[in-house]
Amino acid sequence: MRGPGFLEQLETALPGSVAGSRLDALDPWIEIEPSRLVDVCRWLREKSEVRFDALECITAIDWFEPDSKKAAKATWQPHTELVYHLWSTASRVSIVLKVKLPRWKGDVPGQLPEVGSVTGVWRGANWHEREVYDLSGVWFTGHPDLRRILCPEDWEGHPLRKDYEQPLEYHGIRGR
Amino acid sequence: MAQLIDDDPRIIEFDVRTDEMLVNMGPQHPSTHGVLRLVLRTDGEIVSEVEPHIGYLHRCAEKIGENLTARQWIPYTDRMDYLAAMNMNLGWSLAVEKLMQYQVSERARHLRVLIAEMGRIASHLVGMGAYGLDLGTFSPFLYAFREREKILDLFEEACGARLTYSYITVGGLTADLPPGWLRKCEDFLDQFEPIIKEYHALLTTNAIFVKRTANIGVMSPELAIEYGCSGPVLRGSGVDQDMRRDGESIYTAMYDGYAFEVAVMKNGHYPRDHQYPPVPADAVIGDCWHRFFVRMLEVVQSMDLVRQSIDRYSACKGPLGEPVKLTEKIPAGDAYLETECPKGQMGFYLVSDGSAIPWRVRARSSSFSNLAVTHELCRGCLIADVPAIVGSLDIVMGEIDR
Amino acid sequence: MADFLINTVGLPEWLAWTITALVAAALILNVIAGGALVFIWAERKIAARIQDRLGPTRTGGRFGWLQSLADGIKLLAKEDLMPEGADGMLFRLAPYISFCASFCAFIALPFAFDFVGQRLNVGVFFVVAVLGLEVFGVILAGYASASKWSLFGSMREAAQVVSYEVPLGMCVVVPVMLAGSMDLVTIAEKQSGWLSSWYLFHDPFTFVIFWVYVTCAVASVNRAPFDLAEAESELVAGFHTEYSGLRWSFFFMAEYGSMFLVSALAAVLFLGGWNGPIPVATLLGLSEGTGDTANYFVRLIGCGNLLLKATLGVLLMMWVRWTLPRLRIDQVMTTCLKYCTPIAAAMFAGAMLWQLAFPGGVVRGISRPAGEIREGWLEGPGGLSAGRGAVGAKPTAIPSAATGTPVVPTLESSIESRDVVKVGS
Repeated sequence: MRGPGFLEQLETALPGSVAGSRLDALDPWIEIEPSRLVDVCRWLREKSEVRFDALECITAIDWFEPDSKKAAKATWQPHTELVYHLWSTASRVSIVLKVKLPRWKGDVPGQLPEVGSVTGVWRGANWHEREVYDLSGVWFTGHPDLRRILCPEDWEGHPLRKDYEQPLEYHGIRGR
Repeated sequence: MAQLIDDDPRIIEFDVRTDEMLVNMGPQHPSTHGVLRLVLRTDGEIVSEVEPHIGYLHRCAEKIGENLTARQWIPYTDRMDYLAAMNMNLGWSLAVEKLMQYQVSERARHLRVLIAEMGRIASHLVGMGAYGLDLGTFSPFLYAFREREKILDLFEEACGARLTYSYITVGGLTADLPPGWLRKCEDFLDQFEPIIKEYHALLTTNAIFVKRTANIGVMSPELAIEYGCSGPVLRGSGVDQDMRRDGESIYTAMYDGYAFEVAVMKNGHYPRDHQYPPVPADAVIGDCWHRFFVRMLEVVQSMDLVRQSIDRYSACKGPLGEPVKLTEKIPAGDAYLETECPKGQMGFYLVSDGSAIPWRVRARSSSFSNLAVTHELCRGCLIADVPAIVGSLDIVMGEIDR
Repeated sequence: MADFLINTVGLPEWLAWTITALVAAALILNVIAGGALVFIWAERKIAARIQDRLGPTRTGGRFGWLQSLADGIKLLAKEDLMPEGADGMLFRLAPYISFCASFCAFIALPFAFDFVGQRLNVGVFFVVAVLGLEVFGVILAGYASASKWSLFGSMREAAQVVSYEVPLGMCVVVPVMLAGSMDLVTIAEKQSGWLSSWYLFHDPFTFVIFWVYVTCAVASVNRAPFDLAEAESELVAGFHTEYSGLRWSFFFMAEYGSMFLVSALAAVLFLGGWNGPIPVATLLGLSEGTGDTANYFVRLIGCGNLLLKATLGVLLMMWVRWTLPRLRIDQVMTTCLKYCTPIAAAMFAGAMLWQLAFPGGVVRGISRPAGEIREGWLEGPGGLSAGRGAVGAKPTAIPSAATGTPVVPTLESSIESRDVVKVGS
């Protein structure tokens, strides 16, 4: 979504929701304040000029380097990044929303970071959020049925986190 | 008083209660297309709720992708939608090329169209045949496989593999076509074209088939869009969207100059519908029949595209170009690209920190979104409709579970 | 045979009857078991050919004709599994009930004029009733398996078979009405002569009702497109999901037995029974009176005729199965209650009125060309001279060396002495 006026419209409609943006990237993206995510999504779906009626994908990126030497060279602070790819069927344009979350809530390991669920905006978000929760460990508040989807229900850990360690054994099956 | 109640014959009817039953359909079930597990809540034959459980094929391909270079991950994309592995290869290759800002040669571009559309025919043939199987007819399945076998033979000749090709790769294709291949491909198209009529006779226009699919599992366009459905499932609901035409420029540029009409019902008729059997009166837009029919139309559309690409490819005299190095560094940044795979829009998302190994890869599976809508469609249907509806979504578990 | 044992060998009557019954039972059992083997092989070959495959090619030579036998041996060697929660006795009993029902129905089925296990004056009624018992085995199997899929299968079967008995019964009544007898032998006998004397071509109503019968028969033996009880894409395998090994194969034998039975019944009721389209035997002068050998020969031809017709019926069912998708349960019930039953009822009424309006056929000479011959035939050796004209050299009844009695009883005497078991006589 490269329209110049779009970001301004969003800021006017929902002041303080945009944390950053880069509209000249390959996929132009807008960074959203985590607390305003659901509002922004609802606005994008229902109020904006271009109705983003389809949620294509939710991705969680774990920005964390387990190797401390490499971590020292990293240009970023450890965090979890949620990327929402939206699509407008009528206008055939896409937009990327990014949300930055701490890796752990309150930096207490084991406490999953929380963000509002967009299931109320797009019903299709249900499974995508379950998958992100399952594999990357993000807790979506307000999700009607947040449980693991791809891994077994008693699986421990979130495999797509960079510091994930595969269990040595699962119900008698060797892991490594 | 108690005596009175006991004697009242009406009371007995209240005593004869029917309870709901939980039935486990799958993961070992003949019509769940692999290892899908559906938990049905049924009242007799009527299904009140369907809950899909997935993940039996999960191997965390995305995690694997974080430990391999972009080109090394190509074989893992094969194993996602293993029925249309060529299209999976193409999707990932294009996503990487998008981030690398890489331009393949003209010859490679036309060859990619040719291969991708052949892959689409092969995939739709399986989808069609397996759908017949879901509805209890076995023969069309084998007729479909007979023709698919010929496509696989062609693929085998081109790249050496019959199922997991890894043919299309980042920067082009692993090899050029062997001599005489185009001739064989044209021969295949010529003998395949009349056979489509057989499929229409056995399935599309078969009275029992129409009865089993028309007005079953009707999905409104709004519902389809909200759930992120795509491909024939979305077009079956009458939404005019095809990434080959509406997608990002790096993908649509591949189809530049190709003439094709999106297979979707517009103003009450399908494109070129005079050549096809008429839409039965019972069929409602968005039902299983339309989803099936869109696939059948796309087979013809793909055949047309293959013919066009054969002409263009043979007209290109330039070199095919070499694929990028296996350890080619990818510029830092991220790129997301959706391609129109046979099952729907397959999205690949690639985040790179500048090294050869991606920081994060993500596969947005079309079947994943298409399957998520099952519980909406199956509410209140009969048990026999559940395979009919799930079959019409044409899912591949390898892609859903990744 | 019983007569032979009593009179010639001099066995006590009860023993003679028991031996006769056992021999008859063994013969019928062989027909079913052998038939099932052949039909399973045929089904595999036909399915393969329909689907552009080869099917079995190696076992037993070129055409894989020993394939079903090999399968049978494999099934024998398999473990008879039983689910943990199953009701053991019923679970074991169910396949045998199914098989017995299918088997018992063969008792009253005539293969040729005299080739019948037990000639019954209510043969039609008996066959349809006993065949209907097969559903009990299926219901028991589904109920006792402790599997929800099996239960679904058996409930579907119960609903379907019970419903289809109604139109099936109506279809069956029409030939009964035309023949004026419920005896299958009499019904078939009345259709002797040329092709046109088959009840299928008796009048337009019988022609229509034959196809209703075909539909109902396919439905009542659970063949595609009505194979809802085992609907493999919906119910895994339906009522026999939990069965394995020999028990499972009993269900299959029952299924193929029933298929053959309804086809044979169709042949007897509508397609002239053991009478070929051209009365070859009569034209050649071979008939009851021309001697026992000729007599036996005629019956063998008749038996071949009936088997051929029944086999064609089974092949038709196979062809349909490998072509059509399966109906849904509500559509199956709709087909029965909204189409088959009213059509069958209307055709029944139509055939009745037709019979009233044209008691002897529209044009007597054409529609019943073999009428006189038929009556002569039935009168037995003594009554053949009248009306035989060109064909008839005066036949002499040669008493069978084996039995010492004239083999062919007259119609009247055979009805009177209907307890006589004639298979193998």
